[in-house]
Order: sequence, then structure tokens, then C-alpha cells
Amino acid sequence: MATKTITKSIPRAARVAAPAPLPAVRLTVNKAYKMYVGGAFVRSESGRYLQVTASSSGGADPAIVNVPRGSRKDVRDAVLVAKNASEGWAARTPFNKSQILYRLAEMMESRRSELVTSLLRGGTAAAEREVDASIDRVVFYAGFADKFHALVASSNPVAGPHFGFSVPEPMGVVCVIAPARPSLLGLVSTVLPLIASGNTCVAVCGMDDPRTPLLWCEQLATSDLPGGVVNVLSGHASELAPIMARHREVMAMDVWGVDKALAAEVEQLGTDNVKRVKVHGPQADWYDERKAQGLGFIERFLETKTIWHPVGI
Amino acid sequence: MAKKTDSQSKAIAGRAAQPVSGSHALDFGKAWTYAPSPEATDHIKLDKRYELFIGGAWKKPRAGKYFSTISPSTEEKLADVAEADAHDVDLAVTAARTAFDKYWSKMPGRERAKYIYRIARAIQEKARELAIVESMNGGKPIKESRDVDVPLAAAHFFYHAGWADKLDYAFQGRRARPLGVAGQIIPWNFPLLMAAWKIAPALACGNTVVLKPAETTPLTALLLAKLIEECELPPGVVNIITGAGPTGAALVNHPDVNKVAFTGSTDVGKRIQRAVAGTNKRLTLELGGKAANIIFADAPLDQAVEGIVSGIYFNQGHVCCAGSRLLVEESVHDVIVRKLTDRIATLRVGDPLDKNTDVGAINSKMQLTKIQELVKAGEDEGSTRVSAACALPAKGFWFPPTFFTDVAQSSRIAREEIFGPVLSILTFRTPDEAIEKANNTMYGLSAGVWTDKGAKIFWMGQRLKAGVIWGNTYNKFDPTSPFGGFKESGFGREGGRQGLAAYVELEG
Repeated sequence: MATKTITKSIPRAARVAAPAPLPAVRLTVNKAYKMYVGGAFVRSESGRYLQVTASSSGGADPAIVNVPRGSRKDVRDAVLVAKNASEGWAARTPFNKSQILYRLAEMMESRRSELVTSLLRGGTAAAEREVDASIDRVVFYAGFADKFHALVASSNPVAGPHFGFSVPEPMGVVCVIAPARPSLLGLVSTVLPLIASGNTCVAVCGMDDPRTPLLWCEQLATSDLPGGVVNVLSGHASELAPIMARHREVMAMDVWGVDKALAAEVEQLGTDNVKRVKVHGPQADWYDERKAQGLGFIERFLETKTIWHPVGI
Repeated sequence: MAKKTDSQSKAIAGRAAQPVSGSHALDFGKAWTYAPSPEATDHIKLDKRYELFIGGAWKKPRAGKYFSTISPSTEEKLADVAEADAHDVDLAVTAARTAFDKYWSKMPGRERAKYIYRIARAIQEKARELAIVESMNGGKPIKESRDVDVPLAAAHFFYHAGWADKLDYAFQGRRARPLGVAGQIIPWNFPLLMAAWKIAPALACGNTVVLKPAETTPLTALLLAKLIEECELPPGVVNIITGAGPTGAALVNHPDVNKVAFTGSTDVGKRIQRAVAGTNKRLTLELGGKAANIIFADAPLDQAVEGIVSGIYFNQGHVCCAGSRLLVEESVHDVIVRKLTDRIATLRVGDPLDKNTDVGAINSKMQLTKIQELVKAGEDEGSTRVSAACALPAKGFWFPPTFFTDVAQSSRIAREEIFGPVLSILTFRTPDEAIEKANNTMYGLSAGVWTDKGAKIFWMGQRLKAGVIWGNTYNKFDPTSPFGGFKESGFGREGGRQGLAAYVELEG
């Protein structure tokens, strides 16, 4: 730590433009991508990795990047921290949740260029569009965190001397198999509605481009979101989804874009604890605000709690 | 009461009940002996044999098989009922599909509404008949079928009728489409009421229905079918088929069913969830429970004791949301046990058709065996049993109101759903401990909280993992009030605006 490293820095543009590696004055520092569990960045306990292709636009990554290949134990660790974070997160006031989610949008906006560069289509207008839509989606759900109650709760006019009402409550730990793409917008669009309503989650990010979701976790980590509320694993959905489906502390699953056989397997395994498993076909358009965001995304992972009390003197 | 003092009465099964009452209890002498007050049944005309109600007509089962349905209070046969096989199920689903395509999905909501209102009114008109048959076939006291089951069944149709032309208001900014054919399977504890809970919202939302009542209690569902026929609903909109497990399985597995709704045990619910996995069928499950009924020291104790009684002895405890685990704050444990001991001594157990009866017959021999087995497990595990020292009729299936003290959280009687008039009493010292114990179950259907402190009710209410929470009351139901569970008590809600979601596809 005490050693002072002396480097001569040169503008990135010049470095990228330089065709031959030999005369490079400074070697770039490659980032080791890690999963995000309990507010910490972790490798897979299994030590396994997957290799993925990095951005074509010359981001900081080399052409081939190693990402952790999450294991059964990683799922169990993540579910444990998500479960432990559950009570505290659900107990925060909706206003507080709303502010924390808005803070996440701020963190994303300030690191917007980093996200744009990181995406596989790095630096293109398409990448910019995805990042902007992702940030806007976070803002959308930040604003929903203290409003959906009013839309789904009810005062129940029962035929008797009782006051009755029904309120929404989070289910607990929800596991997400995020759509393969768009890797950032897909993860944001599936995770945000869950946590806006007080659930905690363990998500397997889309593996077409896992680097950007893992980069996004760095923004989660600086957004005031308590550790454990969102946990993101990289790995094979076909390996991890059945483990999640079998886990008895997982109350629900949101499964996107898997094949029919895996979907059926997950639904089968989930019956062990009457899991609420929602399997979706491919979402036609994650940019369509009418279809890819809204109350329905929140409502899917809510329980209704009905309370009665006599009225009298 | 006549039946209870009958010389033929048999002793309570199992260990002899502890003697009830002490010096503190009021001695009414013979004042508690009521003259018999049986509901007249001479106006009830049951058919000898019931066929399947398919496509608006009464069809014989293809295999020609019938089973008898009995009265659990007399063990006498009431009628023969058709047993539907996969072929009959297919006919029913096809009839429902045709009705959906041809009539029901095309009909304006306001017209659907008027049909459903007709059903509600017809139930009210036939209320007495339905209540009596319900008590004959299911064993529940006539005062419950007359004052709870039947009026609530009518109310469910009346309430949901009004939704049929207002679905556009129910889901803000989203259009609701019906799902198609709903296959519905209901239990034996509230036969007519459960049929109403299932059929009314399905029809209001524009779906057609194939309903299978439980094999021990098919009669009121068949009377409902007759009543629906008389209301002149388009043929096939409601089909009612009878049978046991295999009939239900054929219905669940039928490829042309779009939606499965089931109320029953968690075990069967999981099997249905497994059967539906990998299909596009929508599913709602209303399963078992092991509800905590929590009594704080500051509760009005006499009212709480009434709440305990209605929580666990209502409908012989055959209630998925029964308050079967009593959590009592330690300081009032002894006084609650004393009051409860005195109170159950006054419960009148016997003829379901007697208007004075509080606790009727156990629904079936099978259920009685299950209750006896779990009670024995409670005794074997060292809990102390208290049963009302009432005499029980010689014929029929009976179990006296019972509770256990000295129950550990790990005891089978504290963990498993007994579905009978058997209460397990545990204690706690702090609200946190009460929450911990209440939530320490795979179920999450309901809970009760008794305290004089409003803030405490809300504090508890926020932390209890249960779909329905009764504060200073218990076992209240209403069509405007969503009902359904957390965790392994199932998913989806029945009743209220929230209940409609189970029967619609939302666009946008």
C-alpha cells in the first residue's frame, strides 16, 4: 500500500489509436469482474469462470474477459444474505426506499459514459439508448415506491360492524433470471420493480454480456442501497435456476427467456414450497414504456394482507 | 341435547377427558339441557340419484359408475352421485369451451351481471333448503349453514355480479380479458360457499366453469347446478361434475383448461402445482393453515375466549384459517385455560340439524381417523389434553371440543394442520417472541391478535406473515374482503377487487 507507483499517463484516445503494443508507455490495469453478494464483490466459491467477449469499442477490458461462474453454494450464500436483508429493507419507509432508488439513478447518470462504453455495442447510439432507458427506468420505479400501495390497497366495505382493509406486502426473497439482452436494461427492468416494493433479490444476469450488469453493481454499491437487497450472480441459468427453484427461503422467481424445458423444471421444483414462479416468454420490446414497465411488474411479487377489526364503543 | 344424553352414547375416544369445571364455574344444573329443536326436513326432496351437469343438461356418466354420499351425523345414505371419468371431464370442458366461444365471452358485461344476480337471488329463495342439505351432507350445525354458509354464498354471487360490467374500472389503465375455461376443485368444509367463491368471480370476469365438488359433500353443489339451470344460464357456462381424486386430476390435466383454481390441502395443492408446471395454465391455490391466535395479557379476556372458541370450534375446526395454535401471553395462560375449560363445557355437540347445536359431526370417517391420530400424537408427545366431557351420539363421526396445553413448537399438533376441533396452546413472554412463534410455520393463511392496544395490533399486523389478520375478532368473511395465503398456504386471492385478478388476463 505504501509503495508509490509512478506511471506516465497518456490520453486514452492516443492509447487506443496506437496499433502496436510494444511502445506502450503504460500497461492498462484490467478489472477482475466479480459477482455482487451482500454488498461485497466476490468471486465464485467454486473458482470456476466463464470467458466472455468484451466491448468492441475499446473500453478498458481486453478482448476476452473472465467472469465468475456462479455455483450452488454461491446461490445459497446470496439467498442467505438476501433473506437477512429482507426484514430491514421491507421495514424502511416507502419514501426512504424511493430516495435510495433515486440515488441509484444519480449514480448511474454520473457514470453514464462508463456504462455506455462497457456495453457490447460499446459507444454506439444503441448503447447510449440502452443506458438512458435504464436510468429512466430506475427513476420510474423510484417514484413508484411510495405510490403503488394506493393503487392496489383497498378499504373493504364488509357487511358488518368491522373495519377492514387490505394492504400489499413484499413476498421476501425473489430470484430473477434476467433476460439475456438487453443486458443492462433487462436486469434493471426486472430487479427494480421487485425492490421498489420491498422484496430483496438474487439475480442471474443475462450472460450475453455479463460485464455491464456487474459494472452496474458498482453503482448499486454506492447508492445507499443496503447490502444484500440486490445480489447479482453471473453463470449459467440452466445450472442456477433449478437451485433457486429448490431453495425453500426463496418465495418467488421471475424467469425470463429460458427454454421450455428449463421453465418447466423450475416450475416443478418450485412446488416444494409453493413458490410463486412467473415464467415469461421473450419480452418484445424492453424500451416500450407501455409494456416493459408499470404496476403489473410490481404487482406480480406482492402479497395481499387483509386486516379486520371490530368497530364499536 | 337429546342426542348427547342418549343412553347409547359412547365414551370419548382416547384418554379420558379431564373433568371440567371447578368451584369458580357457575353451576347451571340442568339449565343447560335444551329441548331438542330440530330443523324440519320433510320439505327436502333429494333425488335418489344425481347425474353430471354438463352443457346445461343432466348426463349419465359414461362408465355408469355412481357412489353414495352419506350424512356424517347418521351414516345414512342420502343419494347416489355420478362418478365422472376422463371422458366425462372432457365432455364438460368441451361444453365450457363452446359456451365460452359462443355465448359468454361475447355477452356484454351487463347481461352477464344479470345472470349472476339471478343466481344470487335464487340462492336466497332456496336458502332454507340449501342450509338443511348442507348440514345433512356435511355435518355442520344448521345455525352455521343457515347464518354463515348460505347467506355468504348468495352475497358472493351478488357482489361479483356487479363487477361483470365494471372490469374496466378494476385495473387502472389496463384492459382485462377473460382467461377461458376455468377448472375448479373445492373442498368439503364449506361446500356451497366454496362453489360460490369459485364460480362467481369466474363468471363475472367472463370465464366459463367446470366445477368439481368434494366427493363427501356433492349435494349442495348439485342443488346449485339445478338452480343455475333454472336461472336459464346459457348451456355449458357452468358445468358441475362429481367424483373423487381421479376426476379432479383429469380436470387439472385437461389440455383445454386455461385456469385451475383449487382449495384444499397443501399436499394436494402441491401436486396440482406440479401437474400445471410447464403448461400455460393459470393457477390459484388456497391451501392449508396453522394459524396463530395470539392473546395478549391486556386483551379483554372474556371476549378473547369467545374468539378462541369461534376460531377453532367453528365448523368443527374444519376451517383452513382456523385459529389452531393459541399463543397466550404467559401471565394470563392459567386464567385463559380455566375460562376455556369452562367454556367448552357449555358447547353443545350433536345433531347438526338441531338449532341449538354448536359443534356438529366430523365430515367423514377418514377425517375423524386423522384427527384421532394427531390427538394421539399430542398425547404421546407429552402434551396435556382437555376435552369437553360431553356424550357423543352413537352413530356418526364425532369428536369433542378439545385443547392441549404444554405443547412444544416442535410437536406435531403445533405444526400439522389437524382440521378438527383441536387447539394447541403455547405461551410467549414478549411481542417479538409471539411474532417469532406465530411465523414459525410453513403456512401463512391467517392469524388473530387480541389486545386492547390499537398500536400493538398494527405492530403485530405488520409483522405477521399471513394473508388475513383478525384483530379482536376471528373467522370473519365477506365477498368484499380479499382472502388467501402467504407461503405454503397458497397464492392468489378470493374476494374484493384483488380477487378478480385470478380470472383475467391483463393487457398493457
